[in-house]
Amino acid sequence: MKRCLASFSALALIMCVGPAFAQQKAKAENVAEIPYTSVPNFLKLPPGEYLGESVAVATNSKGHIFVYHRSANTRLFEFDQNGNFLKEIGKGYYGFEFAHSVRVDSEDNIWTVDEGTNMVTKFSPEGKVLMVIGRRPPAVDGPVTFPAGPNKPAQPYVLCRPTDVGWDPQGNVFVSDGYCNNRVVKYDKNGRFVAQAGSEKAGKGPGEFNLPHGLQVDRQGNVYVADRTNFRYQVLDNNLKPKAIYDNVGVGWTACVSQGPHQYLFASNSNPNGNLPGSWAITGEIYKMELDGTIIGKFGHASKEFGGFQVTHMMDCRNPDEMIVGEIESWRVQKLMLHPEAMKKAEAR
Amino acid sequence: MKRFITLVLAATALAAVPAAAPAQVAEIAYDSASPLTLPDDIYLGEVAGVASNSRGDIFVYTRTGHPTVSLGTARPFAHGGSRLFQFDSSGKFVREIGKDIYGFLVAEQVRIDPQDNIWVVDQYSNMIIKFDPQGQVALLLGRKAEAIPLPVRPAAAAPAGGGEGGGGGAAGPPGAGRPSDLFDRPTDVAWDAAGNIYVADGIGNQRVAKFTKAGVFVKSWGSKGTEPGKFGSVRGIAIDAQGNVYVADGGNKRIQVFDTDGNYKREITNVGSPRALCMTSGATQYLYTSNSNPPNNIDTAGEIYKLRLDGTIVGKFGRAGKLPKEFGTVNEIDCRNENTLLVGEIGNLRVQKISLH
Repeated sequence: MKRCLASFSALALIMCVGPAFAQQKAKAENVAEIPYTSVPNFLKLPPGEYLGESVAVATNSKGHIFVYHRSANTRLFEFDQNGNFLKEIGKGYYGFEFAHSVRVDSEDNIWTVDEGTNMVTKFSPEGKVLMVIGRRPPAVDGPVTFPAGPNKPAQPYVLCRPTDVGWDPQGNVFVSDGYCNNRVVKYDKNGRFVAQAGSEKAGKGPGEFNLPHGLQVDRQGNVYVADRTNFRYQVLDNNLKPKAIYDNVGVGWTACVSQGPHQYLFASNSNPNGNLPGSWAITGEIYKMELDGTIIGKFGHASKEFGGFQVTHMMDCRNPDEMIVGEIESWRVQKLMLHPEAMKKAEAR
Repeated sequence: MKRFITLVLAATALAAVPAAAPAQVAEIAYDSASPLTLPDDIYLGEVAGVASNSRGDIFVYTRTGHPTVSLGTARPFAHGGSRLFQFDSSGKFVREIGKDIYGFLVAEQVRIDPQDNIWVVDQYSNMIIKFDPQGQVALLLGRKAEAIPLPVRPAAAAPAGGGEGGGGGAAGPPGAGRPSDLFDRPTDVAWDAAGNIYVADGIGNQRVAKFTKAGVFVKSWGSKGTEPGKFGSVRGIAIDAQGNVYVADGGNKRIQVFDTDGNYKREITNVGSPRALCMTSGATQYLYTSNSNPPNNIDTAGEIYKLRLDGTIVGKFGRAGKLPKEFGTVNEIDCRNENTLLVGEIGNLRVQKISLH
């Protein structure tokens, strides 16, 4: 009896910890499984090199793979389409401190989002710095603790732990910002402020956010935002006006919009840590959706073993049937081969 | 009955001389040698971890190099400060494993499992890292806090959502006080015959956490306290061939014994404040435990005990000090060979090879 009481109070304690530790089962039910395989030993690192928390992955038009990861220091690696290591970009660069996102635009420029320096950096395909948004606070000012109470009003060019970046066909830049602001910002292609949705304050209404954690833009210029702590995805139009909410696929952790004539939206119900036994059973899967929110299928599960996911942080879906997935907690990048045609056959039987 | 008498004697001894171990413990004769040959450009720092694999290769997980804190947004980030070295059985340097890896901050322990995988416990990244014998990362438990609290621990005003995993915000170590799959200053790792993983967690938390071989969190037991099944601090863990789990409860000056489900069985006392544990293999198993001295005091404790698994003391050896054959805060003992130990010391930045006679 005493043991029972002890474990009961432990459970109550965890449940009281709050949303940061909550895990939610996705509301969508009876979703078809998309068969997939993970390519063994895909990324080949030089001897003695390790990936750290592999929070960010992206491909360019040649299929080269960029991994922006948290090693002892944050680093950006480039691999060829077969997973062979090519080079390191930005070694010792001022804008690298704590990786969060890497994306490649339509001209193969490489954009990094660093939540340790508050900087979004645009590199040329060769790795030269072309433009930055945001500024790293000078270190000699000393560490500043987060004050109690609401965040300061968000300023156009001051990012606060930004999380992701995307572009519309005109080259406008969209930034999800982030952990301490709760907004999406639109800049023009030259980095000049245009508009924002949300603010420094977290909110639950349409067009408000609570930790916008990932962002993608479709060919029509619509913006898909992973609204993580609100457990939903929000779709905004090109002027950042709210259009739709998808709240049936679990936590809004990261989004990916595929290229090609028919674009798909991928959404990850990632499985963060800090949980009691059993939480992995209801999280960790990735959903494939039409842009209008219709769910096509799902794949994957929470696991530290190869082929499973341990906190998916970013997906590349340039080719919707060959995905690159970066995980935080297994320090791993996997290449997945999806077989949606096999799913259809299974349903027809 | 024998156990009962031992306990009574022990209680009497403790009452008379509270700080000292029983005087009647036999002294084990021993010699010391320096087993490692270091390249000119490698220095050992505090040797928190030392272990050997089935070929006799020696692994040293040491607090060395340059621990740094850099400032980002408004968050200080901690990097580096520990390295993992491999030597062959003759003590010749072979290689470094995990150079510049994310989870190395403050070395605590290195253990080699029966398949020669190398397990590292890092006390401040709050991670257990399993390397395969080739040195590639095979499994990770726990998660390093994204940032560290400097110069003062801030109030509970961490930004929305905390860290990535929900637990890495600026408000403190990720696993503090929670019976979850995160740790708070873990100290050791062990495995049962089925490969299940047991983490001694540790100095911040006071519990044992159990995972499957695949890293799925199963359960944890223990909390801060002095009653049976509670811990003052969990400093080490070892499992015998019968599946008994020995937990060094340094804070309560005892070793507690559990089954693999965490059911309390018994305790072992009169061995000072247990810190490093090592279980020998072979038909008759023995348990070594260190009564390590504090890093800043060599005028107390320091000896290592050899125990039978029922808790009776075979003998002891050593004392705190800086000379060869003396010990400066023993943090890990390797006992693959029952009478030839490798001892890692925090205080003396060295590994000693101890031959027992």
